[in-house]
Amino acid sequence: MNTNAAQTVIAGNANATDQLVTPVKYRFMERALLSCAGVVSLLSLVLGGKIWLAAVLLVAAYASFRVIPQSRLTAAVATGVASLLAAYVLLGQVNIAESRQPLGFWFQVIAAWLLAWMCVEQLSAIKTLSRSYAGLLNIIIPVLFGVWLLLLWELLTQGFNVPQVLLPAPSLIAERFVSSPHILWADFQQTFLKAVLIGYAIGCGAGFVVAILIDRSPFLQRGLLPIGNLVSALPIVGVAPIMVMWFGFDWPSKAAVVIIMTFFPMLVNTVAGLSAATPMQHDLMKTYAASYWQSLFKLRLPEALPFIFNALKINSTLAMIGAIVAEFFGTPTVGMGFRISTEVGRMNVDMVWAEIAVAAVAGSLFYGAVALTERVFTFWHPSIRG
Amino acid sequence: MSDLLSNNSQQTESVINVNNLSLTFPTSDGDVHALSEIDLTINRGDFVSFIGPSGCGKTTLLRVIADLEQATSGSIDVNGMTPHEARLARAYGYVFQAASLYPWRTISKNVALPLEIMGLDAAVIRERVRKNMELVDLAGFEKKYPWQLSGGMQQRASIARALAVEPDLLLMDEPFGALDEIVRDHLNEQLLKLWAQTNKTVVFVTHSIPEAVYLSNRIVVMSPRPGRIHDVIESNLPRDRELSIRETPEFLTLANRVRDGLRAGHSYDEVA
Amino acid sequence: MKKSAFFPIVVVVAAIVLLWYVFTVVMNLAWEKSVAERAGTTPSFTTMVSNTMQQERPVLPAPHQVVEEIINTTFKKKITSKRSLIYHAQITLSSSMLGFLMGTLLGIVLAVAIVYNEALNKSLMPWIIASQTIPILAIAPMIIVVLNAIGVQGLLPKAFISMYLSFFPIVVGMVKGLNSPERSHLDLMHTYNASAVQTFFKLRLPTSLPYLFTSMKIAVAISLVGAIVAELPTGAVAGLGARLLAGSYYGQTIQIWSALVVASILAATLVMLVGLVGEWVNRRMGLAQSNSSGGTL
Repeated sequence: MNTNAAQTVIAGNANATDQLVTPVKYRFMERALLSCAGVVSLLSLVLGGKIWLAAVLLVAAYASFRVIPQSRLTAAVATGVASLLAAYVLLGQVNIAESRQPLGFWFQVIAAWLLAWMCVEQLSAIKTLSRSYAGLLNIIIPVLFGVWLLLLWELLTQGFNVPQVLLPAPSLIAERFVSSPHILWADFQQTFLKAVLIGYAIGCGAGFVVAILIDRSPFLQRGLLPIGNLVSALPIVGVAPIMVMWFGFDWPSKAAVVIIMTFFPMLVNTVAGLSAATPMQHDLMKTYAASYWQSLFKLRLPEALPFIFNALKINSTLAMIGAIVAEFFGTPTVGMGFRISTEVGRMNVDMVWAEIAVAAVAGSLFYGAVALTERVFTFWHPSIRG
Repeated sequence: MSDLLSNNSQQTESVINVNNLSLTFPTSDGDVHALSEIDLTINRGDFVSFIGPSGCGKTTLLRVIADLEQATSGSIDVNGMTPHEARLARAYGYVFQAASLYPWRTISKNVALPLEIMGLDAAVIRERVRKNMELVDLAGFEKKYPWQLSGGMQQRASIARALAVEPDLLLMDEPFGALDEIVRDHLNEQLLKLWAQTNKTVVFVTHSIPEAVYLSNRIVVMSPRPGRIHDVIESNLPRDRELSIRETPEFLTLANRVRDGLRAGHSYDEVA
Repeated sequence: MKKSAFFPIVVVVAAIVLLWYVFTVVMNLAWEKSVAERAGTTPSFTTMVSNTMQQERPVLPAPHQVVEEIINTTFKKKITSKRSLIYHAQITLSSSMLGFLMGTLLGIVLAVAIVYNEALNKSLMPWIIASQTIPILAIAPMIIVVLNAIGVQGLLPKAFISMYLSFFPIVVGMVKGLNSPERSHLDLMHTYNASAVQTFFKLRLPTSLPYLFTSMKIAVAISLVGAIVAELPTGAVAGLGARLLAGSYYGQTIQIWSALVVASILAATLVMLVGLVGEWVNRRMGLAQSNSSGGTL
């Protein structure tokens, strides 16, 4: 009897892991979220919300509550679909009606948002052994979060008629984005393709070369390293007005700011990276009677690569900041920083947001490209091979 | 230090001669006598182990032979040259405690590393890499990266890397110290086979008595503070050895002699 | 191995100052030449060189001119005067400090929430990490102007920018720190049946402190940058950023350089202070550790 019982327990466990979903008892968060969602959608009935939508929200909350012990995934899908459907309907409602929304509308927004939160909770609680499945979840969850952030932004700005000057709705920003590609492209070209990329290349290149040049002088390294570390904490963007005076309004002055900002992180990191090889690795090269350049190229530079890429990643962000802020001090009538500061002055906030969206996408793509290159070149490093 | 010269009459050509060699490291607490008045001759074809407690200078002595440390006084020659000249002539292969393979190179690229530095032809490199990978039983793993291999396989690759230089002399610094007992036994067996095949001179640092007795035909027992040679024990075991030899009375007698030597070296130190 | 870095630093700094003087002469010489040409005189080379270091609006002011200007605008002016650099520095400092403190607090709170809620960790954390790669400083002018439009003025808008700039590194560092205890240490607390609160205060929080101070050093530096940039769009009213902008409007290079130097000194001091506090805390924790282990002997 005893052995039988033990076997069934083991079999039960095996089944549970097979399903990728381990049913457990309710957690506090689940009870709280679902009961709040239920109460809020009930209240929305009384306060003038759409009746059928309230019913959908209620059913989804109840159904997911019942289904949690069997399958987290089903509960997540139920709440996720219901919340997105509700958001779609509510968006339609807010677009048609110009006047103020009844309180029930806002209660339904809250209920839908709670269900979305519930969906994320459920997805995060799924424990899976499959790598690709986990990877998919790790993308879906933040994307859902981002989508809901945008939805709430849209609903709140539209529903409360928030003045455009204060915070334009995402749809307005998107409209502006689509309707002015020429301006955005010209600004991108001026700021990113010229100032950022050229300054980044020169600044990083110079930092690397100087690090190699002072490699044979421990004296210079001891003197330059603390200064390099100090400089990286200073508000270097402040040199922008000086650079504008020296190199004029066009992109070279911005590239100069970027060069100064990116030089020191590269210098400090490369010097640190070149001393990263262990004594045993140095001994190995010594037993081969390797020359200075042979051990530099075959041992020390590969060993320094993770440090160099670290600097390249830090610098990708610094370069964007440097170029945009430098434009606040004067530019020809084109450039992302120029556009932001002038359109803010004219209260064209949607254009500013569109420009910021370009900057955000450019910045993260730039960083992503560097990070991807890093993966190719330092595939062997423990932090990458995972 | 009874008979430093090997009794093997055919192979009396000496490879390493150490005369009255001392090495002191200056530290903040005063000088540390890492090696004191060392006299030693190692002949062609010998398998010599240095054994002793930590701090006895066994690794330091090996590093002096490899020109990774310089003696403060006394003389040493390797293949009739100074250690420095011998290093520049790539006269030896050195195996470290850790495999120290470069993670960004495949196994075959790692084995090829010293050959690239010597500036050999690509075809020669390819051939030597193939040969030595086979010798250490790693054929088929050429395209793997070091971190995809077990510790024992990594250490075998590092031995192949040392052999690829085709030196007559192999210097090994506790190469199997970090491995577990089973892997270590296996690699000991393979190393002996390799020694028999290639007839190289091997200098081997270890702190394991069975390993020293099993592998060597001469065992140099060292003692610490200051680091010096306490005894040199000639092994009368046959060159062809199986792992099972470790249970024979001859083996145990030798092991006991080594153990007594280590103990004596220690107590002498404590009395002084 | 550990030789003092003092002498090399002095030599490198001296070399930089020397180079600065050389550049001062080279870059300002053209102006002297054109002045001489217009006046129709041919002054000796040495007069021209010494003149390059005394121009009113040089291309590059000599170091001693900058030092002189800083002394003139700090010790020789009343603190309340609009021409006092101390007045401007204190305005920038107060908003950046307020923002830094708010950002640190907010960052810590959010980090705790992220560590204890898996849903937040999986949904919010990727966005916070991604936001580090975008130039968020670009939003500064908009925030200032928008807040101005709804009547929020003075210290608060600038502090707000410093806050959201310093907030991101704090969250990322603190989440890393709170997750840094080793598995075995957490298991140990588990064997004591410690509550979540106990585990937090006795294990997670102490282990996270070194990470916190490392991020605070980054945060304090960037909060100052934020405050300076935030002073630009309101049209050079007060603060170090305003001094930079005013200097660039009127070509007052010496004024720009002195504002820049004071801002740098301020940043270096702040980073050093945070570093010192961090070291003190770490040392105290280290001492506490050795005391307790000494007690078991």
